[in-house]
Parts: sequence; structure tokens; C-alpha cells
Amino acid sequence: MSASSLAWAQFRLERKLFWRNPSAAFFSFGLPLLILLLTASVYGSGNDNLDILIPGVAGMSIMATTFNAMAFNVTFRREQGLLKRALATPMPLASYFAGFLGNAVVNAFVQVGIVVAIGHFVFGVDLPHDWLELVVFTAVGVFAFGSLGIALSQAIPNFDAAAAYVNIVFLPAIFISGVFYSSTSLPAVLNAIAEALPLKHVVEGLHGAIVSGSGLIDNAGSLLVVALWGVVGIFLSVRSFRWE
Amino acid sequence: MSDAAIQVSDLHKSYGPVEAVRGVSFSVGRGEVFGLLGPNGAGKTTTVEILEGYRERTAGEVSVLGHDPQRRDRDLQERVGVVLQSGGFHPQLTAREAVDHAARAYPHPRDAAETISLVGLEDSADVRIKRMSGGQQRRLDLAMALVGDPELIFLDEPTTGFDPAARRTAWAAVRALKELGKTVLLTTHYLDEAQSLADRVAIIKDGRIVAQGPPSELSPDSAGYKVSYVAGGSRVEHQTDDPTDLLHRLTGDALARGERLEGLEVARPSLEEVYLELTASAEDPAEEAP
Repeated sequence: MSASSLAWAQFRLERKLFWRNPSAAFFSFGLPLLILLLTASVYGSGNDNLDILIPGVAGMSIMATTFNAMAFNVTFRREQGLLKRALATPMPLASYFAGFLGNAVVNAFVQVGIVVAIGHFVFGVDLPHDWLELVVFTAVGVFAFGSLGIALSQAIPNFDAAAAYVNIVFLPAIFISGVFYSSTSLPAVLNAIAEALPLKHVVEGLHGAIVSGSGLIDNAGSLLVVALWGVVGIFLSVRSFRWE
Repeated sequence: MSDAAIQVSDLHKSYGPVEAVRGVSFSVGRGEVFGLLGPNGAGKTTTVEILEGYRERTAGEVSVLGHDPQRRDRDLQERVGVVLQSGGFHPQLTAREAVDHAARAYPHPRDAAETISLVGLEDSADVRIKRMSGGQQRRLDLAMALVGDPELIFLDEPTTGFDPAARRTAWAAVRALKELGKTVLLTTHYLDEAQSLADRVAIIKDGRIVAQGPPSELSPDSAGYKVSYVAGGSRVEHQTDDPTDLLHRLTGDALARGERLEGLEVARPSLEEVYLELTASAEDPAEEAP
């Protein structure tokens, strides 16, 4: 089999694994949607806050399906000896990781699509004004959060500790990054921290694409910050990657 | 030895200041079952993991099927099967799915169902791995190593933690591999396992090989043969490296005195005695260097 058909086989296996692990599927797919539905119900249809919430939850979903999922998954695979096995078999590592990462990419895009669709059809938020911007920010967000998730997994000692490591990053990030409310109401210190981290910039880009119509040019600064975090994530992952 | 499957010469491996392997040399012929025997922490797993391509050596020469394993060439990986000490499965898959998936990466895989039968898992092929027993998972591990129809198989402590019945089953599987013409490198800290499976064994201690050869011919440098007989109601014992000469003198003396050597025995030390003598000594390892 060629490297690309092996990558496809690995991708299909990853899809199967994803759906056979209901708790992981819930935390990356179900939980953001549940938070969306509950919070949006509080606001009620047509409320201005929905214009913040829909791109916010879309951004949170990108983080959940990539950063959280990678940190859990890579830690689990290392602990289970799956990475060690992958190293000794003739499956090219490029094919293995293409299938593995491809699964997370698909999850992120599907999730963003679901959030946008619920926002429009259930809560009356506009359909995205700039689809290209939506795709670009989702893709760069996937790149940044995916690589940072792999980097974080290198610091996680074992799978039991993974939830603590992930949530100590994820929960503060979603509260300071303008997911549920406008970050302008945050204390200056927290806002400055959020400005330095990628989630707020992903959410701003998605807000531009879905709500305000401010384009890629306007949000080029945000795009750059997110992309730089992706480079940092790759650097840390490659430098510290542990196979066992 | 051009027909050697594995050739190791003067292999060294250090982890920081700790020297785990200190000049190991051995070779394994094609079709041979070779046992690397030694107590925990002796350097067995480090040696095997260098041969498997997991670790880079500090010094020395290593050839596995003509390749340098630390380059992890795909061509080599297609011809080698590795049985890990534990795990390496997705618990949500079934054995059949795991073996099927593993088979895809090999150019000439064995039939997945046949491989599952070979390790005796046909009755639980469709059970999720998380619901399989530890012993069944170890057999699945063997199936994963065999599905590529490898020439050479690494078995790292294949029966650690097995009950005696599971152990016999695993031994039968290793003998089956030998009958298929496979080369097997086995590590173990069980003497009986090495004795009953391996064509040749190397005893490794403190990162060095202290003896090697067929299990029946192994002897520590000092002991050699044990010659004993009964004289005056008690057993007299002699240790010698050259029993021919000793026997000639003993029998010559006995004949000269007109006596019989009652209960004469010439014995080689058992593998167990050799092993215990070689591995229990607390000498400075430097003194054991060959």
C-alpha cells in the first residue's frame, strides 16, 4: 500500500476509534454544543449577545476538538504503548500522523459547521458573511491548537493527570477569551493575557467572518498571532516528543 | 558469518553516566532461537531495544538482517516482528480489526484470520480488546508481530506474569515459529524458558555477556566438569576443566590399588547452577571481562 492509502486507512480507523469512545466524543463534540444551547437559551433568540456567543463557541469548539483532544489522545497513546508500536511497524510515521491529525481537523470543521448552523437556524444569527475567512481562521486555529495540544501532552506525566492539565489551560482560556461575553468587560490584566493567547484571536476572526463582516485583511494581526502560536506548538512538540 | 540474522559486536549503551550495556557481542543465525538470559536490569531490554530500532547505541556495531536498525528503514521493519512487553492496542478495537489494520502496512502479509488462529485467539477475534484478558492481549501482541510474516521476531519477556498453562501455550507458539523457519530473539529471566526454547543462550549480567552457547553446553569458566565417586563411605568431588586427564589418573590409581571407583559420576553443571553462579557473584564487574 502506498503512503497515502495507508494514511487514508489510518484516518478511517481514527474515525472508528473516535465514535467508539463515547466520553471523548462527548467532551469534544457534545459539551460545546450543550454549553451553546444552554447559554443561548438564556439570551433568547435575536439577542445581541448571540453575536458574541456563536463565534465564541465556534472558537471554543476548535480548541476542544484539537487542543484538548490531542493532549488526551497523545498522552493515552504514549501510555498504552501505541506510539511505541507505531515506531516499530512499517506504517510510515507520516501516514500515521496524517490519519491521526486528519481526524481532529475533520472534527473541528464539522463542529464549527454545526455551531454556525445552530446559530442560524435555531437562534437567528446571520449566516457567515465571509466563508473564506471562516475556513481560514478554523484552519489556522486547528493548526495552532493541535500543535499546542501535542506540546502539552509532552508535559503530562500520565493519562490520569491529563484532565487536570488540559482543564487548567482550557477553562481559564474560554472565560477570558470572549467566548461567552465581550472581552472588553474584562479587567485589563486578564484582557492583556487573553490578547497574548491564541483563542481570543481565533474568536475575533470567526466573529469577523460570521457577524461583523470585517475581513481577513482587518484581522490579519489576529491571524498572525494564531499562526505564531502554531509555530511555537510545532517547535515544542518536535523538540520534546516522547514516544513512550 | 554472512548468514547471521543478527550480528552485534562490542555494543555499548550509556544513559548519562550509567552504562547499561558495556561491550556485548553475539550473533544469531537465521532460523535460530536465541535466548538472552539475565536478571532484571542486566541490560537485556536495552540490548533488544537497540536491535528493534528504539534506541541509539553509544558505540559498537549492530546489524539486523543486513540493516542498521537505528535508521529504522521501512524495508527492515517489513521483515521484523516486535512483541512488546505490554500493550500497544486501542482498547476499543477488536482483535480482528487491530490485526487487519496492522497487516495493511506489509507487502506480503499473512491472512489476518489465519494469524489470529495461529495464536489461538479465533474464539475472541471479535471481542473488544479492552474486554480481553491479559493473556489474550499478549497473544494478540504476538499476532500483531506475525501478521507481516516477518523473518525475524523479537520476543521481550514473552511469558512474564503468565500462569503455567499460558506459559506452555506461549512456548508452543515459539516452537511453531521455529518450525516455520523464523529467527527468534527471546529475552527472559526464566531459566527453564531459555533451556526449553533456545538453541543458544547468552547470559547477560551488568551489561556484559558472561557466558554463551547451547544451554546444555554452557559452563562458567571456573566450574567445568564435576567428577565424583564414593570412597570410604563418603562422596569425593573434583572440579576440573579437563575430565579426560582426571579420569585417567583416578581410574589408573584405582586399578593400581585393585579397587573400584564406586558410584563414579561425571556431570556438567546444569544451566541453573551456571546461571546462579554467574549472576549471583558480587565481584567487581571489571574482573569478569572476558
